[in-house]
Amino acid sequence: MAKPENKLSTATPLTPKKRAILVGASSGIGAALAQRLADEGYQIALLARRGKMLEKLTNEINQKHGETRAVYYIHDVTDHESVPELLKKIIADLGGLDTFIYNAGISFMVGLKKYDFEKDHQTFDVNVTGALAWFNPVAELFQSLKSGQIVGVSSVAGERGRVGNPSYNASKAALTCYLEALRNRLTRYGVNVLTVKPGPVETDMIKDAKGVLFPISAEQAAGDIFNAMRKRKQEVYTSARWRWIMLVLRNIPSIIFRKMTF
Amino acid sequence: MKKLTLSHLGNFSHSLDATVYHIQPRFVEEIAEIFAFARENNLKIAPRGAGRSYNDAALKGGGIVLDLSLLRYIQAWDAEKGIIRAQPGLTLESLWQYILPDGWWPPVVSGTMKTTLGGCLGMNIHGKNNFKMGTIGENILEFDAILPNGKEVTCSPKKKSKLFYAMISGMGMLGIFTSVTMQMKRVYSGLVDVKEWNVPTLKDQLDALFEGAPENDYIVGWLDGTARDKSLGRGQIHAANYLAKDEDPDPAETMRVDFQTLPDTFFGIVPKSKLHYLMGLGLNNLGVWGVNTAKYIVGRDKNYRQPHAAFHFLLDYVPDWEKSYGKNGLIQYQSFLPKETALDAWLEMLRISQKRGLPTYLGVTKRHRPDKFLFSHALDGFSLAFDFKITNGNREKLAKMVQDFDKIVLNAGGRFYFAKNSETAPETARAFLGDESIKKFRKLKKHYDPQNLLSSDLYERVFLSS
Repeated sequence: MAKPENKLSTATPLTPKKRAILVGASSGIGAALAQRLADEGYQIALLARRGKMLEKLTNEINQKHGETRAVYYIHDVTDHESVPELLKKIIADLGGLDTFIYNAGISFMVGLKKYDFEKDHQTFDVNVTGALAWFNPVAELFQSLKSGQIVGVSSVAGERGRVGNPSYNASKAALTCYLEALRNRLTRYGVNVLTVKPGPVETDMIKDAKGVLFPISAEQAAGDIFNAMRKRKQEVYTSARWRWIMLVLRNIPSIIFRKMTF
Repeated sequence: MKKLTLSHLGNFSHSLDATVYHIQPRFVEEIAEIFAFARENNLKIAPRGAGRSYNDAALKGGGIVLDLSLLRYIQAWDAEKGIIRAQPGLTLESLWQYILPDGWWPPVVSGTMKTTLGGCLGMNIHGKNNFKMGTIGENILEFDAILPNGKEVTCSPKKKSKLFYAMISGMGMLGIFTSVTMQMKRVYSGLVDVKEWNVPTLKDQLDALFEGAPENDYIVGWLDGTARDKSLGRGQIHAANYLAKDEDPDPAETMRVDFQTLPDTFFGIVPKSKLHYLMGLGLNNLGVWGVNTAKYIVGRDKNYRQPHAAFHFLLDYVPDWEKSYGKNGLIQYQSFLPKETALDAWLEMLRISQKRGLPTYLGVTKRHRPDKFLFSHALDGFSLAFDFKITNGNREKLAKMVQDFDKIVLNAGGRFYFAKNSETAPETARAFLGDESIKKFRKLKKHYDPQNLLSSDLYERVFLSS
């Protein structure tokens, strides 16, 4: 766990600041979202396993703005036990918390005829259990504060079980469902819960995949996510066309879907 | 200690919202435990009284706010000598209500009576009689405090005087007051004689304060921030004097607490607790111009007698008045200027505020004298406080304007007050306090609180940022 390099500046009545934690920040959508939030004046705590990349990103952000807007903490989301203490520390460093974003996620490409419990287990550990370890204390905090915003980056992949990646699909389905339940719990306390469902985004996750449909840049995804956060939406597809694609895909009868090869 | 939860806490002007661990000890002994707890958990502590500062003085986002308002007992009262000893959470309201029936009044009070003794000492408040009675610190005989290193000390102007003059005005950053001994002022009536008159320009206003101060116990000016050109800085002066012995035919009656109590309806009909909603409707450039112009035009030379509470605690006259500024709240910008430079600097500031479409909705002027406290805001001159409404659209413009104001004030040899301004930059604070004062403060801080256990958002913003 790294110490924040510099001191974040305090908010004043004329320069209010939002404070966010972003888990899974080192690359892809997370890194792009970190940049975007800093551009919007947020003070952000960036978390990921890969310290070098985090450090580079943090420096880049702070240099760009000429002040400390980002601090980073090296954290492995499968280290569930460390979460409550780390959360407390980050809140003290940030001086509060308005937004929590869980973006950590992994996906293994498995062959159509392969079964690999180890990889499935790992996928669930990062995509689901790691998320729960953070969402629980954050939800409890926001519920008692009667304010706050929780953002979970799930996936369009969670809407159907497909032949190509059963555990990834299942993990994102679990995350989407959990976020829905959280929303139903927390909306009455004034807390916004946003489920993000990206289609293919040009990140490391899909760099080996072939025949990807309508990929978008991580920056575009980050822009869509930020706009949805600002409008306090419940759910956002990025890009937006995936809402309609998924409407069709969700309604393909099983008799046809099980014969498909994607 | 039981499990702590975070909660929201704001400031007087509803302009900040911090997420903090809010702790309210009921016994002095708990304070040392809270220090230990904070140390173990790597948390900072900001002391808080009534939270009546207009900025981030009593907030520490993500840290502990040590709310002392429940430590509010009067420990001793000598009605012969007028000496009171009380805990830091005692409000000025409870204080005057306790002592007035015996013929005493606090020598220095703020514009609201909701403030606590601890907060008043931490900021070293002044009243409308600063030129005569000094700041509250000048009326403190002695105080006890717990320091972050766990030591308990007693300070007075003679005993541990360095700490005495630094803790009073030290924003709560050196230790926690646990008991305050203070000299009260003898009064022979529950009433004061008030004189009121219009002043057509800022020059007349400052002249009136300057000439009026020696002759009156209290003097204060209201400034119409919307009046332009030749009328720039016009306003009204209110001066007040204690009644001499036997001037009040029935002092026992006028010194009763009930007699002092502010009415709870406006015009006898509108419940005052709801009045801030009505006021909110008029708090825009046009509305304030209308109200100010009317107030000035109907203003006449007047003499009347008024209860102490009604004269002093204008801010309590409409409960929750600060809510009328809406959800973004307000900022107060108060500057203290030497009598020689005040006029030109403030005329320039008034012109700037009007030109940029950001007129002040309330301006208040006072007469001051310098004092010996380490982080003193006062000087031989005047102060002018501006209230500005914050809107979602004006933040940037307002921020730029107060930066420009800071330059004008510094160039004119002015000072600022840590209970009020919320945007003071570290270099501005250095410039007006002087390197010497800051060095002295840092030395004390290093000695008594080397880990910066006591740390508010204000302190971090002004003293710990680069």
